[in-house]
Amino acid sequence: MNLITRSIFELQETTVMTAKALGGLLKGPRYLAEAVAQMDVIGVGSLTIILLTGFFTGGVLAVQTYPTLAFWGQQAKTGQLVAVSLVRELGPVLSALMVAGRVGSAIAAELGSMTVSQQIDAMRALGTDPIRKLVAPRVLALLIALPLLTVLADCVGIAGGAFAATSLYGLSGSAFFSSVRDGISSDDIIGGVIKPICFGLIIGSIACYKGLNTDGGTVGVGRATTRAVVTASIVVIISDFFLARALQYLLGTTG
Amino acid sequence: MPGPVSDNAAGSTFAHVDDTHRAIPAIEFRDVVLAFDDRVVLDRLSFKVMKGETKIILGGSGGGKSTIIKLVLGLLKPDEGRVLVDGEDVTDYNEAQMMAVRKKIGMVFQEGALFDSLSVYDNVAYRLHEQGLSEDDVEPEVRRMLRFVSLEDAIDKMPAELSGGMRRRVGIARALIGDPKIVLFDEPTAGLDPPTARTICELAMKLRDLEDVSSIFVTHEMNNLDYLCSEYAVVNEEGQVVFEREGERLCLVNSKVMMMRQGKIIFSGTDESLRRAEDQYIQKFLRGH
Repeated sequence: MNLITRSIFELQETTVMTAKALGGLLKGPRYLAEAVAQMDVIGVGSLTIILLTGFFTGGVLAVQTYPTLAFWGQQAKTGQLVAVSLVRELGPVLSALMVAGRVGSAIAAELGSMTVSQQIDAMRALGTDPIRKLVAPRVLALLIALPLLTVLADCVGIAGGAFAATSLYGLSGSAFFSSVRDGISSDDIIGGVIKPICFGLIIGSIACYKGLNTDGGTVGVGRATTRAVVTASIVVIISDFFLARALQYLLGTTG
Repeated sequence: MPGPVSDNAAGSTFAHVDDTHRAIPAIEFRDVVLAFDDRVVLDRLSFKVMKGETKIILGGSGGGKSTIIKLVLGLLKPDEGRVLVDGEDVTDYNEAQMMAVRKKIGMVFQEGALFDSLSVYDNVAYRLHEQGLSEDDVEPEVRRMLRFVSLEDAIDKMPAELSGGMRRRVGIARALIGDPKIVLFDEPTAGLDPPTARTICELAMKLRDLEDVSSIFVTHEMNNLDYLCSEYAVVNEEGQVVFEREGERLCLVNSKVMMMRQGKIIFSGTDESLRRAEDQYIQKFLRGH
């Protein structure tokens, strides 16, 4: 199969698997305890890297934009610029990329090792559908955890921007936060939460698909893990473009 | 002094065993064809495994032996032909329908395929937990199964702490929970030392002779064939399970042998006729050179 045929085939298979997983959530047996455990691993486990990423991204945004804004005498708008960039774009995308790296790889490696050691076959032989038992809880956990992580990254990022602007450039905290409040709209926030829901679905389904379709022993597990992270990251970035445009239409902010 | 044997003695004996259910094969393949891309793995394969029978499938690596087991479980689907389990044609069953069939079947994987994240107890209890049984019902069953494979002491261990042979035995206990009447063994003794391999074969014999289980035993090790075809399990007067060799007492060891090569059955029958077969490949396989 050439690259295009294979990509289309994988897209079809991933979609079918995800549809089955989500369909499985509507009727029993549901593995809610498993989903809660995954939320702990994915959500709480990713907290540190998300907070660090958010804080320093917000900080560097302030550092890079303040001098330019000051040149035009608009330094009071620093808060708005940091907040809008973070809430609309950087928060969702960077959180998704960090989670793809940390969680996507873990899911692909775990399911991949289970596949090559015949544990997935054993599970099916024992009468359990691995899509319900393994895929559905992971995708559900990502759908819930990633938006929450993104909101946290946004908040911490704004705090990081405020810290940089006030401590390095002497901007007053109240000026920064009032600019944040004035600059950000509810549409930005809605869009900023819809995106990570889509990204969660993308990361979860790609990582699970790659993991469950591992072949070639331990080398195959490594390959599947790499492919899961690379594919999920690229698809996140490409879909971000289309999502941004779609959200502009849907929320009527085309300008 | 025994009286004269009438001509229809055999007929009348079997007339008493008027159980039509037993006449239905536990597993039946009819002209099964399976190919991966251009490579034909199974070529018009037809065979039956009767109730209570152990079918030993011999053959070199890559001969399609393990594929047969995957077809029985519905983990793979044939390109052509029919697969019947307990008289039920499962060829066109979807995953949900297949789940019900799989409940009747226990499967022992090559390396055990234990769930790494679960303890021995949870591994063995897996099927019962999935059925939503309460812990009060599950625990005695798990202990009974672990006693059957002589591993009750390992109940709280994790799979990583077990030796290769112990993992296989836990795999057998997990396959046997819920008392399935069909058990599939996929090279259960590969890579094990001879005494452990013998233990695994003894478990298979106990299932065949004491539990009336039908099984497929895929292997390429000749000592497995010797054990399974020449010995049988009985319970002695002290209530212990002992293994006796064929010939010590009148018995029929209910094992049949099937040999495969390149997706085709090249031999089917008893171990005696296998040893007498003149086919060069079979002789080479038996002698090892």
